[in-house]
Amino acid sequence: MSKPPSSRGAGARERLQHWLPKLVLSPSFVLVLFFVYGFILWTSYISFSDSGMLPDYTWAGTRQWSRLWSSWTWGIALHNIWVFGLLYIVSCTLLGLLLAILLDQRIRAEGTLRTIYLYPMALSFIVTGTAWQWFLNPGLGLERTMHSLGWESFSFNWLIDANMAIYTVVIAAVWQATGFIMAMFLAGLRGIDGEMIKAAQIDGAPTWKIYLRIVIPQLRPVFLSAIVVLAHLAIKSFDLIVAMTGGGPGNATAVPATFMYSYAFSRNEMGIAAASAVFMLAVIAALIIPYLYSELREPRS
Amino acid sequence: MRAMTTTPSQRLARGLLPLTLMLSTATFAQDATSGGEVEVLNWWTSGGEAKALGALKDELADDGIGWQNMPVAGGAGTNAMAVLRSRITSNNPPTAAQVLGYDAQDWADRDALSSLDDVAEAGNWDEVFPQPIQRFAKSDGHWIAAPFEIHSTNWVWANTSMMEALGIEQPETWDDFIASLKTAQEAGHTGLAYGGQPWQDATVFENVVLATGGADFYRQAMIDLDPEALDSDTMVESFENFRELLQYKDDNSPGRDWNLATAMVINGDALYQIMGDWAKGEFLNADLTPGEDFMCFRTPGTQEAVTFNSDLMIMFDTGDEQQQSMQRTMAEIIGSPEFQITFSQFKGSVPARNDLPSDELDACAQRGYEQAKAAADSDTLLGSMAHGYAAPASVKNAVFDIVSSFVNGNMPSDVAAEQLAMAVQGASS
Repeated sequence: MSKPPSSRGAGARERLQHWLPKLVLSPSFVLVLFFVYGFILWTSYISFSDSGMLPDYTWAGTRQWSRLWSSWTWGIALHNIWVFGLLYIVSCTLLGLLLAILLDQRIRAEGTLRTIYLYPMALSFIVTGTAWQWFLNPGLGLERTMHSLGWESFSFNWLIDANMAIYTVVIAAVWQATGFIMAMFLAGLRGIDGEMIKAAQIDGAPTWKIYLRIVIPQLRPVFLSAIVVLAHLAIKSFDLIVAMTGGGPGNATAVPATFMYSYAFSRNEMGIAAASAVFMLAVIAALIIPYLYSELREPRS
Repeated sequence: MRAMTTTPSQRLARGLLPLTLMLSTATFAQDATSGGEVEVLNWWTSGGEAKALGALKDELADDGIGWQNMPVAGGAGTNAMAVLRSRITSNNPPTAAQVLGYDAQDWADRDALSSLDDVAEAGNWDEVFPQPIQRFAKSDGHWIAAPFEIHSTNWVWANTSMMEALGIEQPETWDDFIASLKTAQEAGHTGLAYGGQPWQDATVFENVVLATGGADFYRQAMIDLDPEALDSDTMVESFENFRELLQYKDDNSPGRDWNLATAMVINGDALYQIMGDWAKGEFLNADLTPGEDFMCFRTPGTQEAVTFNSDLMIMFDTGDEQQQSMQRTMAEIIGSPEFQITFSQFKGSVPARNDLPSDELDACAQRGYEQAKAAADSDTLLGSMAHGYAAPASVKNAVFDIVSSFVNGNMPSDVAAEQLAMAVQGASS
């Protein structure tokens, strides 16, 4: 008597177990499919349309793309993202690695120091940008303080110098992200087998050589992750620049993201904005897809 | 125009805007259905602007019409226009919206607006509003917008006590103007209070173009966008004059908001500021009297002409009878003589109508009003490039790009003129 109901119950449970994950995942799957991939397609289409103030679905071929590439500010934006991205990635990686190695020397109060270095990452880019803007503004911050302390000849006006302003953004961005990269390297260092280092020490290898030949090569996956994380942060950089320089002086610190915002929202040039967005997506995809591919493949092989 | 001030928090708001747009419009959509109310989208949120808008609200209340304010602050209306676009796209237009320049035409081209022809005919708008204003408030011969006022951008704001102390007379020519700046600089002051933001760069630049080339050249280059005028010797000369003028700004100007530059004149740190008439509000808020504590005069060399911008109220076609009658009432009020004067008193502008007495306006506005009327008669009331009344937004911003690069770099004048012509062509193609 008791068997049939229980087997029916078991069958229902099995079916539920089979369907539940799919049921739970499907709304988010549909939402992501529509709002992410759907709008990627929509934006791509808009970049080939006549859209100005509002979306306009008239096919315009590559007109918006050629206007994008002949635009004065787009040239500046690309140059800036190249300068910014390169300096940002290289400085963060090197500084992060250096800090991690120094912190890894079994020093006292390591936990406190690590937290201090990591804290900037907890701030939003808006806060970082605003704070650094005040700090570097010659009329408000560092330069003025130095002058009032009596160092009259001190001058640091990069923020308002069109040729140097992009470097102030690099400084602020590096300040923010270095701690995070340091934490990544620290985790990587902790994962290295101590026996190997001890063996090298017994063989009489100098410390710098141990790091150069044994430790750093083993950190290869961390380097890869750090570079991918930093590269997409660099390309997405928008809020930091808006808060710090507003893209100025003039257009001196325009980057593709601020370019896109300005063309979409204040210049009534939705077509060009869409073209620049698609271009940015393509660049990010070119960086991320090979990385994801290698990451997702490894466990199976 | 105060909305052009960007504080860090507003920049923040601007950055976050695309995310919050959908949320805010969703809540507005629910409220919009209540009867007997007009919903008015605007970006008039600061002191004088809010008071000016309050005058409209009070007038409507006298007619038993409720007011649902829909302020979207910041970014010279950029944010407000983004909200407006999302409202129209989702087929849920507000009753009315404050717009600038070519935006009214763009909406009219999309058949989104109610015609105001009957109100205009009853109020004789064709006669009382100057032609250059009608150019923006009419589309295909139909009235589609109610003009609030005329702002003009070719004003110099001067610190009177500094002028007296240095023995400077009000300059009448460009050369005198430069000479007086030099005097101030040699006495250890900043000559020109300057805000280094693209729209402010362009505001000063259009003054220089007008002073250098005159009204006809300005029209040819900035309004007709004639490539030959843009890359002409006169334009090169304009850039050279601009470069000379820029020597008299201080080094810390990049990114400065216009009202902070005005404060430099108020506090006696700087001699002049070249800025639109909304700067007057800052002086008045500091309890200064026009003509005594500060002076206003047309930028030397541009006395014959007035470069203007003008706020417009457009009414959306909501297909609802009650809304339409309320829209007509609102348009009637905006076009009425009493309101035009009250509004301009608060806003620092001059009335857009040309048939009103000027005795209720302050000294600067009285002069400005007479000059604007004279300019309209002699066909020298010219749309301001920096404020989107000379060319559409895409061209305006292309001009900003070049002018700001010129201000912040070492671009030679002839290269700047060449680049300007190319950028304008690229943006208008």
